[in-house]
Amino acid sequence: MSRIAAFIFRRKGGNGWHWTDIVTWIWLVGGLLIMFGPAVWLVGSSFKSPAALAEFPPTLLPYVTQKVTVEGYDKPLYLYDATLPDGSKAVLAEVRRIGIISQMVDPEKPREIIKVNIAQRTPVRTMAFATTNYTEPFIHFDFVRYLWNSVFVTVTATLITLVVNSMAAFALSKYEFRGRAVAMLLILATLMVPLSVIMVPLYSIVSALGLFNNLWGVILPTVATPTGVFILRQYMLTIPDELIDAARMDKASEWQIYWRIVLPLTAPALAVLAIFSVVWRWNDFLWPLIVLSRKELYTLQVGLSIYSGELNVQWHFILAMTVVTMIPVVLVFIFLQRFITTGIAGTGLK
Amino acid sequence: MGHIKLTNVTKSFGAVDVLHDINLEIKDGEFVVFVGPSGCGKSTLLRTIAGLEKPTGGELAIDGKVVNTVPAADRGLAMVFQSYALYPHMSVRQNLAFGLENTRMPKDEIAARIAEAARMLEIEPYLDRRPGQLSGGQRQRVAIGRAIVRRPVAFLLDEPLSNLDAELRGSTRAELAALHARLSATMIYVTHDQVEAMTLADRIVVLRAGRIEQVGTPLELYNRPANRFVAGFIGSPHMNFLEGTVEAVPSQKAIATLAGGHRLELPIGADIETGSRITLGVRPQHIALGAGDNSIPAKVRLVEALGSETVLHADVAGQKVLVVAPGQYDLSPGADIDLSLSAAPIHLFNERGLRLERAV
Amino acid sequence: MKAETPKSTGSGFGEAIMVPVRLAMGLVDAPLRWVQRKFGLGGMAAFFLLPNMLIFGIFVLLPFFINFAYSMTGGTALFLDDRTFVGTDQYTRLFDCSNYLDPNSCTEDTFWTAVGNTAWFVVLQVTLMILFSLVTALILNRELTARSFWRAVFFFPVLLSPVVVGLIWKWILQRQGLLNFGLYGFGFQPYTWLNDRNWAFAATVGVSIWAHMGFYTLILLAGLQAIPKDLYEAAEMDGTRPARAFWRITLPLLMPNLLVVIVLVLIRAVQIFDEVYVLTGGGPGTSTLYLTQYIYETGFATQLRNPGLAAAASILMGGVLIVLTLIQLGLGRSSEKKGSRK
Repeated sequence: MSRIAAFIFRRKGGNGWHWTDIVTWIWLVGGLLIMFGPAVWLVGSSFKSPAALAEFPPTLLPYVTQKVTVEGYDKPLYLYDATLPDGSKAVLAEVRRIGIISQMVDPEKPREIIKVNIAQRTPVRTMAFATTNYTEPFIHFDFVRYLWNSVFVTVTATLITLVVNSMAAFALSKYEFRGRAVAMLLILATLMVPLSVIMVPLYSIVSALGLFNNLWGVILPTVATPTGVFILRQYMLTIPDELIDAARMDKASEWQIYWRIVLPLTAPALAVLAIFSVVWRWNDFLWPLIVLSRKELYTLQVGLSIYSGELNVQWHFILAMTVVTMIPVVLVFIFLQRFITTGIAGTGLK
Repeated sequence: MGHIKLTNVTKSFGAVDVLHDINLEIKDGEFVVFVGPSGCGKSTLLRTIAGLEKPTGGELAIDGKVVNTVPAADRGLAMVFQSYALYPHMSVRQNLAFGLENTRMPKDEIAARIAEAARMLEIEPYLDRRPGQLSGGQRQRVAIGRAIVRRPVAFLLDEPLSNLDAELRGSTRAELAALHARLSATMIYVTHDQVEAMTLADRIVVLRAGRIEQVGTPLELYNRPANRFVAGFIGSPHMNFLEGTVEAVPSQKAIATLAGGHRLELPIGADIETGSRITLGVRPQHIALGAGDNSIPAKVRLVEALGSETVLHADVAGQKVLVVAPGQYDLSPGADIDLSLSAAPIHLFNERGLRLERAV
Repeated sequence: MKAETPKSTGSGFGEAIMVPVRLAMGLVDAPLRWVQRKFGLGGMAAFFLLPNMLIFGIFVLLPFFINFAYSMTGGTALFLDDRTFVGTDQYTRLFDCSNYLDPNSCTEDTFWTAVGNTAWFVVLQVTLMILFSLVTALILNRELTARSFWRAVFFFPVLLSPVVVGLIWKWILQRQGLLNFGLYGFGFQPYTWLNDRNWAFAATVGVSIWAHMGFYTLILLAGLQAIPKDLYEAAEMDGTRPARAFWRITLPLLMPNLLVVIVLVLIRAVQIFDEVYVLTGGGPGTSTLYLTQYIYETGFATQLRNPGLAAAASILMGGVLIVLTLIQLGLGRSSEKKGSRK
């Protein structure tokens, strides 16, 4: 154990603790709690029953009060550890509560009502994962639809992004033609026109094209990303032009050169763009919110926000669905984090 | 098959003229080497023949057919690139097959051609490797193999040996010569290395600044360089040049004074006026040590003893002269020596650098 | 991750997927060879560029230009030809104020509230964001065990969707939430933080920093790691104190990255919407109503929607963003030049 500690806390000089070392560790451990804590709390909460969610102070783990079926009562009754007036302790079931007095019965002797002050009883609880939080929305809400819509939008948009942007990047990196500088400039200019600036006219164009309340209306405006063109073009510039000449001598058509020579060689950059695109499209919110007004077309993000904005928020479902929404991104984070971080550090783009 | 003719071909990139008025005929089965310093346009000329660049003017014909507008793929040529340009994501076999598949050739025919080329080039063990797993020499063979399987009317080779180390370059050069003898196909070879040009070529085309300086067999170029540039470019080490002035022109010869006042008697056939400036060219190997008829005094600057021969850097009245003399000499810098030109074929060039024919 | 599979080679699954893709690409090839013969390489370049330019033209360029037209029209109609020309009325309305510092004195008071809120948000968020990400980057740049793990810790929230971020924090800040639970341990009574104007505002600042800090930390860390270590060793040999080394070596050499990050944070902060919309919905009242939400609600969400007004407001915001983006591009270029000079 001390060896591990020595390994974790080893420092440059190795002689004594400098105040900066202390600050470093406070910052890191604090960061760990603040960055991961909320998500962990969310996951924990998502397994709690509605009753447990309403409790204060909340418990760290999901508990439910045990119930028992007692002879002579239709519904199952809650179990409590009660301190009886004579000071002895017993496990009793609550029949009803009147003011601060709880009427209870011993499950073994259902005839006899015992009155206990509510301060004198604590519920008997066991840990239980409310998995219905997860299963119910799939049945009662359109959750499966939202999930499907999100997957469809993400996958389709990513595929189109890869094809369209790699084609443009190919043209801009491997051909000399008039207007190339203009095309580059136009694409660069896209960076200056974020969605929040053009949402009103974009909405009218998408409507005019009949794409309002249509998943394609969500997909199409996002697929020509300047970031994608830049990442791919930068990479394609490193492919030697002699390879292209060689392919031309080999009787390859330009399309074949693009798809059999250049695309395979751009695979690492395409992978980075694919990961980025998946995360972007999965997380998109404002534009789908504008374009999609029919319930059955909502993406997960829109559906979640609409449900969470309702007057009667059913937190137990919302929390569980939030966790489901997080899953793909967390998977990307776990398996591809290194890819993304080097991608960002390399391009400075998000 | 493999007859290539260029008529008044020019090429310019924007305002920059890279090729001026190139006229050249390459016969079927010939091994022609384009040689010249870097930037002379030799690679551009090759790429123009290949179809990777479009000529700005003139006419390019292959086997009698004008191909100016024919795309590279349809000219029936194959090219070996300086960097080899092997497709890094394909195995050697796929690299060889790619061009054939594009012509919709039957699969067994492709396999047969690859097998033949692989046997010829001894690359059979590597067929399923990727280019990245091969050594430079192996990659070079694959690049040649990719050209061979195409059975082109002519091979275009763009400095194919420049990425190899010296030893490998020597042996591959010999193999290339053998390959040419075996395939007897037209080969056009670009290099900046005149040794490669001399050893490989049937005919050498010397280029400078987008113009052809001289076309001829290696020995023609060596023995009768058409101008000062070719004389200096062909041969190693470079030819010595001495500046002089024509003093008098008795019949069939000229008396010239070198800088420093030394007089030489030179046999000459062409008309030349007294008082005109000329340049004498003498190859380092043709200068003998010791006084004689046509000898000039010199001072030794540096001695490089190579064992079998001695390279002397000498100074003739301020002009540098290199001498390669067989054998070993006990000389040290600062020594005075005499350089004899009596046995040397002396090349004479007029003020414009053009060759002055000697009297026969 | 379906998008990646067409590129993977070797695995059986990848090969299986490749078959139809190959077939499709082969089918596309024949007509394209014709195009190539007919129009040459220039034609093919145009072909490759076309889809991108088309999408870009329809969904970015066109909206950008007709946005100006929208801002000159009035009414609630959606399509431009149904709308009436009103000249600069929308702008006049936006700017109709007797006192620009008091939103209530303006005709379009919510706009000025949003502008004020956004301004405060930008100032606070950008300052704190830079501070936190710089400190984190400096700490991650120390000799740490498992640095990539710690880097990942701070990067984690970056990938989360704004909606998820909003919901996570809404859940934590609510009455029965984790924050109140923690404070309860210190004897505080539960409080509904998001119903308090000031706390809700602070929450939007804090949450947006939480969500995006890792991204900027990463860029700054890359900048720090690009500073040659021998500079510090030389400074140490000269007897330079660490604090001085920070001010005289680290900060000047990091400055290009830092400037880019500052402008990036600014650009994003001005447009803040998603996580705030989910977290507070702009409330309570209008205390966390920011510009993008104002544009969204004016243009789409309310019964009395006014697309012309929304367009005018978005053009004003766009002007600010274009200036910021130009600064960013200029900074990027100059830092590139510096990089190449090294």
